[in-house]
Amino acid sequence: MTGQKSAPGWRELPHGAVPYKSSREYKTGDWGVLKPKIDFGRCTKCTLCHFYCPEGAIRMRGDGYPEVDYDFCKGCGICAAECPVKCIEMVRRG
Amino acid sequence: MGEMSLREMAKQPDLLAPGHRLCAGCGEAVTVRLILKAVRGPTIVTVATGCLEVATTIFPYTAWDLPWIHTAFENAAANASGIEAAFRAMKRKGRGPLAKYEHIDVIAFAGDGGTYDIGLQALSGALERGHDFVYVLLDNEAYMNTGIQRSGGTPRCAATTTSPAGRVIPGKREWKKPIDEIVVAHEIPYVATVSASYPTDLIRKMRCALEAEGPAFIHAFVPCPRGWRFPSEQTIALGRLAVQTCLFPLWECRLEEGRPRYTLSSPSLSIAKNPERKRPIEEYLEKQGRFRHLFRPERRDDLIKEIQEWVDLKWERLLEKAL
Amino acid sequence: MTVVEQKLLGLNGDEAVAYAIKQVNPDVVAAYPITPQTIIVERFSEYVADGEVETEFIAVESEHSALSTCIGAEAAGGRAFTCTAANGLALMWEMTYIAASLRLPIVMAVVNRALSAPINIHNDHSDSMGARDSGWIQLYCENSQEAYDTAIQAWRIGEHPEVQLPVMICLDGFILSHTLENVLTLPDEVVREFIGERSFPRVQGHLGEAEFRLDPEHPITMGPLDLYDFYFEHKRPQVEAMKRALPVIEEVGREYGRISGRTYSLLHPYRLEDAEIAVVGLGSTMGTARVVVDRLRSRGVKAGLLRVRAFRPFPAHEILKALSHVEAVGVLDRCASFGALGGPLFMEVRNAFYDSAERPIISDYIYGLGGRDMSMEMLEEVFKSLEEDRRAGRPLELVRYIGLRE
Repeated sequence: MTGQKSAPGWRELPHGAVPYKSSREYKTGDWGVLKPKIDFGRCTKCTLCHFYCPEGAIRMRGDGYPEVDYDFCKGCGICAAECPVKCIEMVRRG
Repeated sequence: MGEMSLREMAKQPDLLAPGHRLCAGCGEAVTVRLILKAVRGPTIVTVATGCLEVATTIFPYTAWDLPWIHTAFENAAANASGIEAAFRAMKRKGRGPLAKYEHIDVIAFAGDGGTYDIGLQALSGALERGHDFVYVLLDNEAYMNTGIQRSGGTPRCAATTTSPAGRVIPGKREWKKPIDEIVVAHEIPYVATVSASYPTDLIRKMRCALEAEGPAFIHAFVPCPRGWRFPSEQTIALGRLAVQTCLFPLWECRLEEGRPRYTLSSPSLSIAKNPERKRPIEEYLEKQGRFRHLFRPERRDDLIKEIQEWVDLKWERLLEKAL
Repeated sequence: MTVVEQKLLGLNGDEAVAYAIKQVNPDVVAAYPITPQTIIVERFSEYVADGEVETEFIAVESEHSALSTCIGAEAAGGRAFTCTAANGLALMWEMTYIAASLRLPIVMAVVNRALSAPINIHNDHSDSMGARDSGWIQLYCENSQEAYDTAIQAWRIGEHPEVQLPVMICLDGFILSHTLENVLTLPDEVVREFIGERSFPRVQGHLGEAEFRLDPEHPITMGPLDLYDFYFEHKRPQVEAMKRALPVIEEVGREYGRISGRTYSLLHPYRLEDAEIAVVGLGSTMGTARVVVDRLRSRGVKAGLLRVRAFRPFPAHEILKALSHVEAVGVLDRCASFGALGGPLFMEVRNAFYDSAERPIISDYIYGLGGRDMSMEMLEEVFKSLEEDRRAGRPLELVRYIGLRE
């Protein structure tokens, strides 16, 4: 494919209009105004935030705690609203 | 089939990658992520035109780490029929690129548009022919992708752009089409209702659907912050309320000895056993802008009462079948 | 290669197509019955019921689902066939564009029948002409033998690595579909060897290199959303593929000729080399015209004909070469294009000649709509008016209607 500067010409594109980039290359982290801040002191590792995130931006670490991928978080606030112990706070992005 | 622990399921890779362009708080995104947690592979997915398809495959990007095809709006079930039939033929011949697989799970996703209305024919045909696939209805109760127009799945009194709440007419006049009953009437092996607000229940049922031999139908209730007009963080809470008001009860229906056997799932079963836990529908309606006209500028108790009676009747009819 | 021994069967056009597809033994046949295609699906169902094919036959609930199902099957890496006519094709119109744009080499037999309204079950070309911009290769058959032969060649043409497009085989409803003919058929294993196994282009998908099919081991996405920044670039390759189909149709037709003794091309001229007047047309009427040409020749008239087999891609260059020397050309259109200068074939032929210094007088003869018969006498009338045009040095009338009660 040609570089970022100009979009590819018709001869360079894959046969049959097959998309050639994963959406993981499209960072949606700049969408939202708010971002979740997790208080690990109170987190019970229930994993619900991982399941409820529409982006799949919260993954469970090896130690069982959740980790937010701010490259993709859209700041919807579901994780904070659903956390059973309310240890997630939505704060304005810096 | 036992319940998998959340911890184990959290380890499963996300087959719907982040970086898709569904709205913040989108119910479809959560639902599809959870549905795909049940995938046991090898899997082929076909999706009808709609929010899900459009926002996850904007060329040159795609969010699907599964073999995936979209063709048109009304034919997810027909596409799935073709994929499944091609696999069966290759297996029979012992030749062809898919012949090496013991089994392939074919999943068709469609919205309420692509299911209740324009897609009903293809769905009915595929169910009648008995193809081995799972059809997942992502029901956000309107044609959301084209701008929130009413569908056969839109509930009565909901305001949509083609059934607005005006001075004379308070939103959609017709009741929600009973799609589940239509599907059950096709006498397929497995039908279930799910909600992303109950993740383990959803994943278990999706696994049952994949394991069923023949057509299986999963009706997912999908709140839409944009179309229903509620703050994006309430998607899961609203889905839960829909179950708690018995507006969208959770159940499974299996065809046993030629008869449809309904089983209530625990969130709804607990209400059946303890009716005082049933929440009034008003609590659900007042949280959504699409029902705002039932409360402001003046309360429409007549309409709220009508809706409550409808919910009660449907719940009673379900209990008659399930208990 | 020597011509193989062939079995003579009495088959009508529909049966000939069904028999060919039986020998092809595709993975999926998904079709919905519509007159005059019904015999294809019925005969094929018998093959299925008798265990003569390994095909999954899907009795879909509409033509739209028929093509949608074939698309799913081909995307999954299988071979899929369907067949329809008239309003059935019209119902699947949306999917014809999608099948071609998804570059899936589905084969479809269209048993040409008039589009409603009023409802008419008889032959004309309005159905397949309505799909001429869809991106499908369109081949028109003169007789049931050709329908059989083309139903075999179509797989090689569509699946050719340079092409990768779906193929429409057009045969005239009732005239060919329901008329018994002598058809020479190849042995099963010769057909199998001729079509081989389907192969797939390789693409660079988002997870790496993959074959262009739904493969659980190398997932790709088919049928994305294009915004205005990519759609145009995705259409241009379809134009290119059609261009590349021109030599492929000839190549495959020649190879088929070496095996069967019957060679096929883009164009089939008859007594055209020294013709002064000629008709150009599609399908079974050209068979009738062949007899008329012979009659006229026996009377000393320098008549000829050009049967166009491939309408899409349109062999403009080849048509120029074939017809430049002819003085008056009558294009036979079994289809009207309402609001246009004339019928579809007329417009394409005339257009091909625009830049040529040497060009015939070209006029349009619209005929046979809704199954109105075109007799030998009527064709003689056509040649007579071509002769008048030739003597006048111009078309005395640009568009004429043959067989219409005024």
